[in-house]
Amino acid sequence: MAVFLQLLFSGIMTGGVYALVALGFVVVWKATSVFNFAQGEILMVSAYICWALLVQVGLPLWLTFVITFVLAACLGLVVERFALRPMIGQPLLAAMMITLALIAVLDGLVTIIWGSRQEVLPDFFPREPLHLGTIMISQQLLVAFVIAIALFFAFVLFFQRSRYGLAMRSTAEDHQVTRSMGIRVSTSFAIAWVVACIVAAVGGILLGSVNGVNMNLGFLGLKAFPVVILGGLDSIPGAIVAGLIVGVLEKLATGYIDPVVGGGFAEIFPFIVLLIVLLIKPYGLFGQHRIERI
Amino acid sequence: MQLPCGTFNERYEQDMAIFRRRTHWAWFIAVVVFLALMPLFAPAHVLTVVITIAITVITVMGLNILIGGCGQISLGQAGFMAVGAYTSAILTSTHGLSFWIALPCAGIMAALIGVLFATPAARIRGFYIVLATIAAQFIIVYVIMHAPSLTGGYAGMDAPAPRIGGITLDSPRSYYYLALGICGIMSFFAINWARTRLGRAFVAIRDNEFAAETQGVNLFKHKLIAFAIAAFYAGIAGSLWGHFMGRVSPEHYTLMQSVWYIGILIVGGMGSTVGVFLGTIVYQLLQELVAAVAPAVAGWFPGVAAGIFAGLGQLLFGIIIMVVLVLEPRGLHHLWTVVKTRYRIWPYTY
Repeated sequence: MAVFLQLLFSGIMTGGVYALVALGFVVVWKATSVFNFAQGEILMVSAYICWALLVQVGLPLWLTFVITFVLAACLGLVVERFALRPMIGQPLLAAMMITLALIAVLDGLVTIIWGSRQEVLPDFFPREPLHLGTIMISQQLLVAFVIAIALFFAFVLFFQRSRYGLAMRSTAEDHQVTRSMGIRVSTSFAIAWVVACIVAAVGGILLGSVNGVNMNLGFLGLKAFPVVILGGLDSIPGAIVAGLIVGVLEKLATGYIDPVVGGGFAEIFPFIVLLIVLLIKPYGLFGQHRIERI
Repeated sequence: MQLPCGTFNERYEQDMAIFRRRTHWAWFIAVVVFLALMPLFAPAHVLTVVITIAITVITVMGLNILIGGCGQISLGQAGFMAVGAYTSAILTSTHGLSFWIALPCAGIMAALIGVLFATPAARIRGFYIVLATIAAQFIIVYVIMHAPSLTGGYAGMDAPAPRIGGITLDSPRSYYYLALGICGIMSFFAINWARTRLGRAFVAIRDNEFAAETQGVNLFKHKLIAFAIAAFYAGIAGSLWGHFMGRVSPEHYTLMQSVWYIGILIVGGMGSTVGVFLGTIVYQLLQELVAAVAPAVAGWFPGVAAGIFAGLGQLLFGIIIMVVLVLEPRGLHHLWTVVKTRYRIWPYTY
């Protein structure tokens, strides 16, 4: 039982991180109907930028964060303006392939500039885990979890209350109608990318301080796919709930299935979940069912 | 097919012909003769590049039937290649079968695994298929890495060189004819499939699923067949690649490799067999170019020398894919057609 509870709690904490990454996917999908495969790579690039500013340049902590966020936002703007905007009206594969090529470009850039080194960000949060009875909770993951939840509420407010949030939702629904209501579609797209990149930067800084800054951070973006699908591509609550579910399932798989099949099963377990979800509930738990007509 | 001004199809054979004119035949025969004589004078490195191009062409051609023909996107092509490579390696080295039996078995095994993963994918539309094939990619590589008794795990396993009569095809010079021959056979089928009943059904699905269904095309069945054909091509290519390298190991079959295959298809031009050749040649020559210039570039920036060797090719081909998508989404094949037409009608506009 103690083992189960431990796995459950560490699963929830990891799930918070997945939810954070998944939020970035959902924001871009909601506004632009593009699945940004490169979300994990943007996260990785932000983590490297943060490390470079903090350790290589030696800036103070607050300034590093500000510059990292600004640079991430610029990256989002550049990608949106020069790569994704020409893809409006192109088939699904084109926009998808742009983001896949972006993976290669960002990976290549990081490899060239930083040589795929393993780096460690200084600890922002205490490393000692909290003890709750027999259960240990990593404080860093706890902070990540709290930030994910906070961002979730911020997003809900943004999409339900603010002008820009409503504009983005209407953009996702129908470009022509949105235009005729006097909303600039391109502005919505740009905001979506900036927001997604800043979310990725938050995730990158948090994960960089927990797991170290390395090329594997990009892989984390891939592991968030099952989360996004389980939650529903266009649902922000879905991203949070599914993040927690996948996190817990993965930790349980590590605890109970790994000893049987011999290690590493947690790496692909989310993808098995993904296949099952696609088979029985392709729109996810909270996703909008689109009825396709001729 | 668009015909030049003043050219008409008057007989059915003309419409069916792949090579319409004597000049086409002359060019074709010249290229075949050139390729056949190449091992006599070309150095081994050039032959290795040509063999790599031929094998990559096979796998991308399979992808072209799936994406360009049937409109279903797969990011698992490298995974299916791994299935083929390992099937062939296991059959030849563990069970001692001949390569000539193992090669078709590799294709069939890959096709079966392809159908297995396509079953959830084919029920759903558009973007969700991509995620199912990504799942296939990861699960296949995971299984290969975690079944060491069968596949050798992380270390990989040996794939003995194929033998024909008393000759062992263990050098680029001898393997050359095998790889190019099979590439030729596979291209022949790839060019012709589009005119079969099956091919037309695929195109109907690509253009409009609902319309295809109302015409009596069974969507689920045909999507499965398309996935099976794509995986079959990947399996054959994987087997050829494994026996060429003499060794199969999991790190050749990553998700990024699958991304490159789609990238090659996009650069070459979706839905065109000529485009597959163009895209693969560009991709492979770029790799060679990077290998040639990387030492010089690394000399200019000594601080990041190691990174340039590892990252430059990836960066450049990523940028090429993006530029092609933004400027000419129909790819090099379309560009080639435009140039050809301009040349033919010059100085008139049509």
